[in-house]
Amino acid sequence: MGIDKKFELLRTAAAIAVALLIGFIVTCIVSESPFEAFGYFLRGPFTTTRRFAAFLEAAIPLTFTGLSLSLVFSAGQFNLGADGQFFIGAVAATAAGIYLDLPPVIHTLVCLLAGIAAGAIGGFIPGLLKAKWNASELVASLMLNYIFLKLGMYLVTYHMRDQSVGALVSRPLKNTCWLPQLIPNTRIHAGVFVLLLAVVFCYYYLYRSGRGYEVRMTGQNIEFARYSGIPVLSVILSVQVLAGAVAGLGGAVEMLGIYRRFQWLASPGYGFDGVIVAILAKNKPTLVPATALFLAYLRVGADVMAMYSDVSAEMVAIIQAVIILLVTAEAFLSTYRHRMLLKEVKQSAITS
Amino acid sequence: MESGKESHTQEPILLMQGITKVYPNGLIANSDVTLEVRKGEIHALVGENGAGKTTLMKILFGLEGHDAGDVFVRGKKVDITSPKDAISHGIGMVHQHFMLAPSLTVAENIVLGEEPRKGIWFDRKKAEEICAELGEKYRLNVDPHAKITDVAVGVKQRVEILKALMRGSDILVLDEPTAVLTPQETIELFAALRALRDGGHTIIFISHKLSEVMEISDRVTVMRSGKVVGTEDTNKVTVQQLSNMMVGRDVELELPRPQSSLDNMGDVRLLVRGVTYARDGKEVLKDVSLKVRSGEILGIAGIEGNGQAELVEVLTGLAKCDHGAIEICGQDATGKQPGEIRELGLSHIPQDRMTFGVAAGASIAENLISTRYKKPPISNGMLLNLKGIFSVCTDLINKFEIKASGPEQPVKTLSGGNIQKVVVAREFSTDPYVIIANQPTRGIDIGASESIHKYLVDATEKGAAVLLVSADLAEVMGLSNRLIVMYEGRVVAHFDDAEATTEEELGLYMLGVKHQEPHEILASMMGEAS
Amino acid sequence: MQSLLRAILSPSFAASILRVTTPILFAGLGAVVADLSGVVNIALEGTMLFAAFTGVVVSAFTGSAWLGLLAGIVIGAVIGLTLGYSHLKLGTNPVLAGIALNLLAAEGTVFLLYVVAGDKGVSSSLASKVIPEWRIPIIKDIPVIGPILGKQNALTYMSLIAVAVVYLFLYKTSFGLRLRAVGENPDAADSVGISVHKVQFIALAISGALAGMGGVHLSMGYVSWFSRNMTSGRGFIAMAAETLGYRHPVGVFLASLLFGFADALSNYMQSLRVPGEFIQMIPYVLTLVALAIYSGRQSRSRRSSR
Repeated sequence: MGIDKKFELLRTAAAIAVALLIGFIVTCIVSESPFEAFGYFLRGPFTTTRRFAAFLEAAIPLTFTGLSLSLVFSAGQFNLGADGQFFIGAVAATAAGIYLDLPPVIHTLVCLLAGIAAGAIGGFIPGLLKAKWNASELVASLMLNYIFLKLGMYLVTYHMRDQSVGALVSRPLKNTCWLPQLIPNTRIHAGVFVLLLAVVFCYYYLYRSGRGYEVRMTGQNIEFARYSGIPVLSVILSVQVLAGAVAGLGGAVEMLGIYRRFQWLASPGYGFDGVIVAILAKNKPTLVPATALFLAYLRVGADVMAMYSDVSAEMVAIIQAVIILLVTAEAFLSTYRHRMLLKEVKQSAITS
Repeated sequence: MESGKESHTQEPILLMQGITKVYPNGLIANSDVTLEVRKGEIHALVGENGAGKTTLMKILFGLEGHDAGDVFVRGKKVDITSPKDAISHGIGMVHQHFMLAPSLTVAENIVLGEEPRKGIWFDRKKAEEICAELGEKYRLNVDPHAKITDVAVGVKQRVEILKALMRGSDILVLDEPTAVLTPQETIELFAALRALRDGGHTIIFISHKLSEVMEISDRVTVMRSGKVVGTEDTNKVTVQQLSNMMVGRDVELELPRPQSSLDNMGDVRLLVRGVTYARDGKEVLKDVSLKVRSGEILGIAGIEGNGQAELVEVLTGLAKCDHGAIEICGQDATGKQPGEIRELGLSHIPQDRMTFGVAAGASIAENLISTRYKKPPISNGMLLNLKGIFSVCTDLINKFEIKASGPEQPVKTLSGGNIQKVVVAREFSTDPYVIIANQPTRGIDIGASESIHKYLVDATEKGAAVLLVSADLAEVMGLSNRLIVMYEGRVVAHFDDAEATTEEELGLYMLGVKHQEPHEILASMMGEAS
Repeated sequence: MQSLLRAILSPSFAASILRVTTPILFAGLGAVVADLSGVVNIALEGTMLFAAFTGVVVSAFTGSAWLGLLAGIVIGAVIGLTLGYSHLKLGTNPVLAGIALNLLAAEGTVFLLYVVAGDKGVSSSLASKVIPEWRIPIIKDIPVIGPILGKQNALTYMSLIAVAVVYLFLYKTSFGLRLRAVGENPDAADSVGISVHKVQFIALAISGALAGMGGVHLSMGYVSWFSRNMTSGRGFIAMAAETLGYRHPVGVFLASLLFGFADALSNYMQSLRVPGEFIQMIPYVLTLVALAIYSGRQSRSRRSSR
């Protein structure tokens, strides 16, 4: 089976290469000086310390949403609510950071908990609908993304707004809840430690705990799981709650570590990038930070390119889309191989 | 035994020569196979599961490619790469798993692909006319308007046959056609097949039911492990000879039976009273009662589709009965979830191992621990004990002789027999009080089947109570101490001694021709008046 | 409250319901065609967005609204085919392929807008055309019904006709028969020589084309510009409408009306200066609640052993 894994790695690399190539071709079509532009894209994050720091900073929220989606995908669920859960987690942390008066570390923890709770609720609703009534968690979670977006903006605009500033931002969060800066001249913050804890926790949960085993078997074959006595409905529900909590935590960390004031007018979109992060990491929590770094690299590279050339940053979405299309032809080929082999073995076992 | 008509020519209408097919995972499905079929004969293709018969026919019908060899139809070399090609050469296939669209009608299914049209509009009336005409011509009666979901299995098969005939097929391949038919439907099918043969059609009949092969075919080709062992005239061979050709040694037609007798039966491990269950508005279990004691095997005989599968689902927690009570070792198990029922000491070898029995994409180890992952040595409190898992699984692989490279190997790469051994290993590894085995050796080679029978009997010697559901009459009669027969959701017979009845007699009960009175059954089973 | 009720029950409100239902209905019909052929089309959202963008651009450069519509339909079909290609030929999971296409649409349209027109996020410099209104002669003068059915956008009428067309296509033509067979049992279709993939490709193309029409309505039916993410989840709401409509064209029509009602209500209440975001939640909340109720009923009536 070592051959199998090596082959998959090769194919993932090939998918990324093809995607980058297509991105380059698009750049050629669109830009007056494509080589320069694409050069900025590829080298961007490494050209200055600030950009390198931005690259690392961007990987933090992506890791959280990547972890969240890895959990959900491992259970075979298509809950895409990480985006809304992240957002509402940030809102909840903002509220806790504005309204509460607590001593330093405790305030931080409470804000993080607020993010976890909000995100967990976000995961709970589609999870419950799926577990109880087999409602599509895909549609439910997508609806919730919009609901949380509107709800969050409503709360910020009407209850947390900083009236003294023209722009639509919240009042600043009290500094007792901030996640302190770690490296001077960057925005890299102590949230990195929270991130590491989250990665370790998710790994142990998914691969070393009984509950995680239940999650993975449910994702492999839900009928098998049920037959074996695994309480699949409660597994489906709890994994989505946990995933929501992780995404919400990510939103809170982003708020406490980077912004310290709610500034978003729309979703920053980490939830959907998280899909790619999870897929590339094959839903393994230990690989998520690496793939999150890769995606952050793409994003920051695109921003640098947009700054210095005539190609706008959204070009990176083309690369991302191609990656998803190609990598999942393999990443989920195993699900397909599984299903097709099931069919084959079923038929050949019963007939011939 | 049938004697073929003398009027058929000796020139083969179909010749598959030197066919070799190797699957990507290395399995050699067909190795230099040569099959010669004469016009106007019924030619049986037999072999155990995994012998390569279905693969060969799939190659013929264009559903699979082949790596070497040629196919000649009516003397001409052909290259069949799709069902469409096969159909154009006059070859039609009736699959074991019906290829019908449930919400469409009989007529729609028959004309599918060659629909009569008025411009872009589907000419429903013409389709129904065609359908009625065909049914009359070949004496295979069907109702053109009926929706496929509403018709009986035997009718579905007729629809499949008519589909092939409508497209002008004169070579018909039937893949295990009687697997899902009642004996009555089988008789009707054979009559239709004979009529077709007499009318000039050629029929290839895939089966592993030797008695039927002897009854219907003119010649028979035996395959084993991907190779052809021989082709004989049916009226010149015996069942024993065919059996030997299929397995290569003298098959044990006598099966090991638990040694316990009526006297030293133990306590009642499984008690079922008055279970009634309806699904989709149809009553599939009607007042079913039974009891299984420690150390014995109770067999459930019956044609598939008479409630056995649903009964197993109810007993194992995969479905909830509407009325009735179930007790495992004296504890109430009615309406409980699978996990709770397993806690009470019940293990279940499922009928459909790929859907329920294993997670094919997961490793052998992951599959072996699925019912034990909360307890030591697999778990130590919160976390899984990886060393414990490894050692337990390695032990099980050795004990049950699972041919694999190690516990990490994905289950999907194992052969059918070994996959079933993984299932059996897991189900037995919890030292269960009650074992429910549903078609435990279906689709499994003889060697693995023998092993599984042995494990079941060994388990009874350790005191387990076994409920054996099997459509294979030889298996259920050979292994069980006691027998019940299910027909249309009811228990219609109980035999305290499985050796005291014959296949013929059981057949009558399975067909609903005979039945014991409910109070008789309850009395003989439970030792009480109803 | 009373004035609210009176406003809701007015013909002009009913007319607005029909108007906002149009894109959802088109996409919902697209969902049905795809689903019945056995491939789930998650990319409706992205398809509508691409079509909305293409319609505006093409109509601005050609000066013709109808060419814009045609372009939108074509691009919709192309996206449907792309989804088909990646699922059927590359083996990508259709949900993920749909996600990829939606992502591509969301950011790709902004990217292309900048490339084509130099605009950032809103097509202000493009003189897009508008698909005209049609006034039906006699009907428009009937009281009550007149304002509702007598003068709507051409695309709205087309969406109503599409319900009938899709129904006839699926249930009365021989291709429709094959399509439904492919969706129910691809092996059955394959065994009689029908190319399953070919049928699914065509179904996805039709599905995309329908969604494309819905997208064009968004950017050219009432307004004449394209803005980033202007579909706002309607493609996903259409998926819910398809489920609630029992995967039948007429059912989808009724379900779409329900969501159209929520959308129209939300628009109306915003005009009353009630907090926008809160009201904007209504269609999504309604979808969620409807999904829950529907699924609740389904699971009670059918023993789901899954």
